[in-house]
Amino acid sequence: MCLAIPACVEQLTAQNHAIVNLSGVRKEISLALVEDIVPGDYVIVHVGFALQKLDPLEAERTLAMFAEISALDNNLL
Amino acid sequence: MKYIDEFRAGALAQQIAAKIASEASPGRDYHFMEFCGGHTHAISRFGIVDLLPGNVHMIHGPGCPVCVLPIGRVENAIHLAQMPGLILCSYGDMLRIPTANGMSLLKAKAQGADIRMVYSSADAIKIAQENPQRQVVFFAIGFETTTPPTAVAIQQAQALRLNNFTVFCNHVLTPSAISHILQSPEVREFGLVPLDGFIGPAHVSVVIGSQPYEYFAEEFQKPVVIAGFEPLDVMQAILMLIRQINAGYAKVENEFTRAVSREGNRKAQSLVAEVFELRRTFEWRGLGWVPYSALKIKSSYADFDAEQRFRISTTSIADNKACECGAILRGVKRPQDCKIFGTVCTPENPVGSCMVSSEGACAAHYSYGRFRENNHVAAQEN
Ligand code: SF4
Repeated sequence: MCLAIPACVEQLTAQNHAIVNLSGVRKEISLALVEDIVPGDYVIVHVGFALQKLDPLEAERTLAMFAEISALDNNLL
Repeated sequence: MKYIDEFRAGALAQQIAAKIASEASPGRDYHFMEFCGGHTHAISRFGIVDLLPGNVHMIHGPGCPVCVLPIGRVENAIHLAQMPGLILCSYGDMLRIPTANGMSLLKAKAQGADIRMVYSSADAIKIAQENPQRQVVFFAIGFETTTPPTAVAIQQAQALRLNNFTVFCNHVLTPSAISHILQSPEVREFGLVPLDGFIGPAHVSVVIGSQPYEYFAEEFQKPVVIAGFEPLDVMQAILMLIRQINAGYAKVENEFTRAVSREGNRKAQSLVAEVFELRRTFEWRGLGWVPYSALKIKSSYADFDAEQRFRISTTSIADNKACECGAILRGVKRPQDCKIFGTVCTPENPVGSCMVSSEGACAAHYSYGRFRENNHVAAQEN
């Protein structure tokens, strides 16, 4: 029920809707709860609504933090 | 897939696991509750428990909306659906919840009730537009993630002047459930839950932000780390919780910065505030009556409130006696502690609510954990 997934916005459609791509499946969702979305943005989709835009910089930062952990471990070896 | 696969890398998970093992102090136990069903699902599906040292324990909290909806409300929905001419729209997860007499929405549908499974509240609006002669009720459930979409639907119904659309509102609030777990007197009945910290919900926090959890960190001195739903997110959050505990502080940290800010989604929040108000009290399955823990439709939108239009009365129905859901949702027992787990109660034939949705503690354990346990036993026997 709470499972929501990141999806790429492919195209804006009428009435503040958009077509997103969910692992190859294209689906129309509502953008009523978000602002300033452009094609190429990633949004978290839940029950047919985009809940938030994903922040690509923050995602990279989190991944970099994981990478740091592995770099540290490799150095220890 | 982008933003999914990178957060599932197995080798990295092993390395975070090694960090956890080296930093968890062997002299003590750590008990962490993941509040959210999405985390329960991820922890079971990706076998995260296997990557944790024996003294780090994960406790499944009440964060699955299907699991916490009391049977009385399901019974109400079934009665609604059985009204002649009425169409009940529901998220699919709700259909199999059994009521006290073995009824469910699915059985009601088989007996002829017009129950439509919808993916989104917008679908329910569409059904109302297409069926102007019939009353259409949207059975709205869920935490702060599904509430804004319901608010959008109600405002849309108003804009479209739909006089055949109402919402049976069962939306509940996460922070009040967490404080209830931490301070309710009933906890004594089950024994005290040893809780050292929380993994904060991912998508609920996307909407409400990280700020509402600051109260728990301060008032109860429990660390909270908000985490995404991918396995690396959960592992990292566990590491961050252990670090807080070892260092002796309790604050709110955010691992899920790619989607969660301190303020959350303001637009969604103001929509919800416009359409809904707090209920004085609401019954939760497993937690009982929790003050100020749910929302109802404001009187200015009364035309769209199914409870008003159909005079729905409060019915409270006790859970099946054998079912341990109550203790499981509070973190005092595990699914395998229930006598009928996996025998009488299975996902095909659920007795309790924790077995219905894949995010329920019992269903998650049934689908993934049970085999792991069997393998352990087999490995030990060999
Ligand atoms: S196994 Fe079934 S009856 Fe037992 S606690 Fe879980 S859901 Fe309830």
